[in-house]
Amino acid sequence: MSILSLKAMKTDIGQYAVLHDVTLEVPQGGVFVLLGRNGAGKTTTLRSIMGLWKPSAGSVIFRGQDISEMHTAEIARLGISFVPEDMGIFGGLTVEENLILATAKGQFDNARLARIYELFPALETFWTKQAWSLSGGQKQMLSVARAIIEPRELILVDEPTKGLAPAIIDAMADAFREIAQTTTILLVEQNFEFAKSLGRDMAVIDDGRIAHSGSMADFAADKPLQDRLLSLSA
Amino acid sequence: MSVSANTTGTKVVKTTVLLIGALLLFAPFLFQDTRALEVAARICIFIVLVASYDLLIGYTGIVSFAHIMFFGFGAYGGAIALKQMGPGWDAVVVGALAGVAVSLVVAVAIGLLSLRVKAIFFAMITLAAASVALVLASQLSNFTGGEDGITYRAPSIFKTATKLMVDDDGKVMRIFGVKMNGKLAAYYFVFITSFVLFFAMVRLVGSPLGTVLKAIRENEARAEAIGYRVVSYRTFVFCIAALVASLSGTIYAIWLKYTGPDTVLSFSIMIDILLMVVIGGMGTMWGAVIGAVLMVIAQYYLRDLMGVAAEATANLPLLPHLLDPDRWLFWLGIIFILLVYFFPKGIAGTIMAKGEKS
Amino acid sequence: METITKIVTRFGGVSLLPVAVALLAFVLIGAPSSWVTLTIAGLAMGMMIFLMASGLSLVFGLMDVMNFGHSAFISFGAFIAASVLAGLSGWLGSDLIILNIAALFLAFAAAILFGMAAGWFFEAVIIKPVYKDHLRQILITMGALIVAEQMILALWGGAPMTVHRPQFLEGSFLIGDITIEVYRAFAFMLGLAVYVALYLTLNRTRIGLLIRAGVENREMVEALGFRIDRLFVGVFMLGSALAAMGGAIWAGYETLITPALGGEMMIVVFIVVIIGGLGSIEGTLLGAIMVGLMANYVGYLAPKLALTSNMILMMVILLWRPNGLKPAVK
Repeated sequence: MSILSLKAMKTDIGQYAVLHDVTLEVPQGGVFVLLGRNGAGKTTTLRSIMGLWKPSAGSVIFRGQDISEMHTAEIARLGISFVPEDMGIFGGLTVEENLILATAKGQFDNARLARIYELFPALETFWTKQAWSLSGGQKQMLSVARAIIEPRELILVDEPTKGLAPAIIDAMADAFREIAQTTTILLVEQNFEFAKSLGRDMAVIDDGRIAHSGSMADFAADKPLQDRLLSLSA
Repeated sequence: MSVSANTTGTKVVKTTVLLIGALLLFAPFLFQDTRALEVAARICIFIVLVASYDLLIGYTGIVSFAHIMFFGFGAYGGAIALKQMGPGWDAVVVGALAGVAVSLVVAVAIGLLSLRVKAIFFAMITLAAASVALVLASQLSNFTGGEDGITYRAPSIFKTATKLMVDDDGKVMRIFGVKMNGKLAAYYFVFITSFVLFFAMVRLVGSPLGTVLKAIRENEARAEAIGYRVVSYRTFVFCIAALVASLSGTIYAIWLKYTGPDTVLSFSIMIDILLMVVIGGMGTMWGAVIGAVLMVIAQYYLRDLMGVAAEATANLPLLPHLLDPDRWLFWLGIIFILLVYFFPKGIAGTIMAKGEKS
Repeated sequence: METITKIVTRFGGVSLLPVAVALLAFVLIGAPSSWVTLTIAGLAMGMMIFLMASGLSLVFGLMDVMNFGHSAFISFGAFIAASVLAGLSGWLGSDLIILNIAALFLAFAAAILFGMAAGWFFEAVIIKPVYKDHLRQILITMGALIVAEQMILALWGGAPMTVHRPQFLEGSFLIGDITIEVYRAFAFMLGLAVYVALYLTLNRTRIGLLIRAGVENREMVEALGFRIDRLFVGVFMLGSALAAMGGAIWAGYETLITPALGGEMMIVVFIVVIIGGLGSIEGTLLGAIMVGLMANYVGYLAPKLALTSNMILMMVILLWRPNGLKPAVK
């Protein structure tokens, strides 16, 4: 069963139509990868699901409910969290404040906090530091940790490996594998190796439309298809 | 603007502007009283001033509250030169150039300092700069005449006593009942210089520069990406607008033969300009004409009407106070807010978008 | 040079600027007793300006909304407080200090209540339709300012209005050969109290945490499940109430107020938030104190330059730090 379905979603930014027709079924559980070239509409798709840009047509169905008209905050409360491309860290707040803000009631659930420390030990180390002083990888960890501090059904993650060192990318991949056991992850990624290692199902977006969707195993085996849909020269 | 290029609405607006132009051209003959000529001259000058403001707000989307300051620089330039050098054309030229020079220096300084920051910052900084100019004009009384301002004489051809044409008896000649005197020459000086400046601006926005400006207004990031240097263009337009405002200030100074903080620098004139450009329609140039005509006429004649209304409601609470002729800005303010909400394109823009494309 | 920079940073960085200005002024003024009087006057003025400016800065930081009509709250606050005090002049003249305080309290309460109500109305009717559209925001709030100023003229007339001060805030006290006006000390203490309350709210409460986070990144706070727009109404009302309160205190300080008051203070408030950096109350306080001190020192040393000095101060600081002294982290 799908946890999220996009039906002919169309989104305009200003006077430019960015998404023309995005139709997508994200199954429950595991990592679903959305691939595509720069400017194809990956980020816009995530932001439209989150309600940060309102789709002008079509629908966004989350667990049977149309959320396309809802306010971002309400969408979040339904159990969707968002790790944006720029990580969306509050630099002037400490690591602790960044996380406590993300809790619904202003209190930590100790079990979840322990799990986060386990996934990202660096956050415990820099607990009282202001977040702007963290490294890029640590900020990315904080952003992901913030997305799972409350139980969520679906996490939207936008290019988490961008600009990170290989060692940190591996740690990140482990963390996502762990998180995907209990939560569905919709991952937007340019780094195909990273995406391939995580994804079960996938889709490719091109010029605001879904150009291909299927299992990651099939796509990884089909080199010509990859070249046609993802190579920069096309 | 390309959307509304050749609608019937556009024709209506252009015809109206043409009609206004014709009325202004023959104003001394059509409306033969001093007050009407005052109104006509004021309209001419404000059309230029408002159109130059439209270059900024309508074509680049930047809000400046310093426009009145540049108008003031031009006016004070003319006034001080005429006072110090005596009433001659040399004084007019020196004054105009001095006003333009000061305006350009200040515009470049403000532009480079603050056009790269947010629009909001720019609006706030220009507001602060304009208020300082007003304070300086009031305080440097040796130079500017302080609060009282400066009274001086215009070049002798503009004196009411000057006879442009004489009849057989040596009296000033009348054509269609209009005296051919210096006052008439002064009006046509205002009309022609204003017309030239306005026409130059219309040409400017029709040129490739106008296209670039629109591109920047529509999408700053995109324009930057295409390779337009947004800050340079904005500073350039800011300077052009300042230049025209300064020149129109000099013209106004010559017409009024008096320059003081209240007539050329006060914040209420800035509000007038803002109201005119928004009511007329931003980004059209024609809107400036319509806005200036409506507002100036309202200033001169609406107050009379409100006086009547205030007397009629004298027994009601508060209402007569709000209908007091001095409170006309209250009603304009409300109209202004409603316009920005419901007709952000103003009169000209709204009409131009109507009708079928032909 | 680098070591100097480090030492300065350790002791507070840009927060030391007012101290530096005060020290420079001490040298220029020469007479210690005049310097102390001017410094206290500057601090009191700074605190009042802080009240007027803090709301504007927070509102902008949180919602990217600049309210050019903010000065209307200041004017209304001043005139409402002055009217209440005039109505209760019997209490003010009384020797009973309790009646004095009650009158003052009622005057401030009226101004604050008005500020909150008007702030709510302003946010809902004037500003909400033009979120995210700076051009129309500037135009509409400017239009609202015109209407508000005309209403003040219609209600109170154009003539200057005398403000009655409570008996116990009149006069001055002496410390050595230094005279300190009671009202200045009062204004300073009140401003300081509000600053401390604001500071604690922002740094010690969950609402404050939300506001600080919202100033940095509104979208992200919403993506975490919080309605910033509802929080914003509250902040807007608070900011308007503080502006009205600032106006009320200012009325008592000036003792003679005209409808032009709002417009004059607006320029100062703008300069303060630009100097301080938009979105942070620490920055606003710093900017307000700088402007208050400069206005008093320059007013004493070179009276003609008083207003221009603030402008020059703003230009210099903008050249040095284009985002102001202490902007909120963005």
